Amino acid sequence: MSTAVESVKEIAEVPSFQVTLFVRRFDPENDAEPKWQDFDVTVFGTDRVLDALHKIKWELDGSLTFRRSCAHGVCGSDAMRINGRNRLACKTLIKDLDITQPIYVEPIKGLKVEKDLVVDMNPFYQAYRDVKPFLIASDSPTKERIQSPEDRARFDDTTKCILCAACTTSCPVFWTDNQYFGPAAIVNAHRFIFDSRDEAAEVRLDILNDKEGVWRCRTTFNCTEACPRGIEVTKAIAEVKQAVLRGRA
Amino acid sequence: MAIIIEQPDAPRSRKSAQWEKRAWIFMRISGVLLLVLIIGHLSVNLVLPERGVKAIDFAFVAGKWADPFWQVYDGLMLWLALIHGTNGMRTLVNDYTEREWLRKALNITLWVTAGLLILLGTLVITTFDPCIDPEVHTYLPDLVCKG
Repeated sequence: MSTAVESVKEIAEVPSFQVTLFVRRFDPENDAEPKWQDFDVTVFGTDRVLDALHKIKWELDGSLTFRRSCAHGVCGSDAMRINGRNRLACKTLIKDLDITQPIYVEPIKGLKVEKDLVVDMNPFYQAYRDVKPFLIASDSPTKERIQSPEDRARFDDTTKCILCAACTTSCPVFWTDNQYFGPAAIVNAHRFIFDSRDEAAEVRLDILNDKEGVWRCRTTFNCTEACPRGIEVTKAIAEVKQAVLRGRA
Repeated sequence: MAIIIEQPDAPRSRKSAQWEKRAWIFMRISGVLLLVLIIGHLSVNLVLPERGVKAIDFAFVAGKWADPFWQVYDGLMLWLALIHGTNGMRTLVNDYTEREWLRKALNITLWVTAGLLILLGTLVITTFDPCIDPEVHTYLPDLVCKG
């Protein structure tokens, strides 16, 4: 009996360790420039970067500002630049980072910082809206629109997007030219362009055949690497380029 | 007093991109062509001659440009490489310059330079005359200077 309790205790014991987080702070009311601030926190092996940020906000400095909603990699609110890479704070286990070094947490790049890790997402959403990310069909929705599994598979990958902006803000083209639609908008255009039930592929292809459209893509693959959902973003952009050349999906 | 509220989802300004599309296609086609042309160029100049790289001298070049095939070959390589390279530089300029006047200035400099180099190169390839120097017969085969 006692050994059973002991072994349960052993399993339940999660190792804890000390990490240093350098967080890029910016207070628009008091700071002219963003600055780094470091925090030492004790975290567990099961903790994610988001848990460490919570610990800072709840126990050390309540003024730390960041976005998070579901905290489980579904809503896409907490994309940030962690150790120089765009990731979701809620999907990044601290133990998977190099904990012998401090962990650097910054807001995603290319969008205006509003406070600490919160950026102005409006330009990002505007590009998304501009590609008409909704089904356009001329028939009335009175019965189910049948689609074969093969037709569904054509855009399966791009349905996974959660609009976290990790891809768009990892794109070096977007960093200097935020008129560029960016990977996320193109991914969401792809989702409808290759949907057999949709009738406005040409419209979207025309929108993306823009000076700031698909041709700005340099295939650096930063977006594919950054995507927390594992979407092959660069491949999707290449497929849209091919479709623009063909003039149809 | 009328207050003008900026429309929250005004469509972004559309700029014709047929040019960008053509540039993108050009880069793909010229890239493949250049790969073939450059490998051919390196083989003929450096690998195939018996004395290898030492075979290249004035006579070697004069001999090549006496043949219309090599004139076209080198001309094509010159045009494609310069336009391909300049367009690549243009994309870099567009990616990294934030001020519009600087972007324009750099792009104009790029294309003017490329234009001059293409002009000069084409002039050399098409009007090349090894026999301009009367001494040339002493070290070139008669075949080259018929006059």
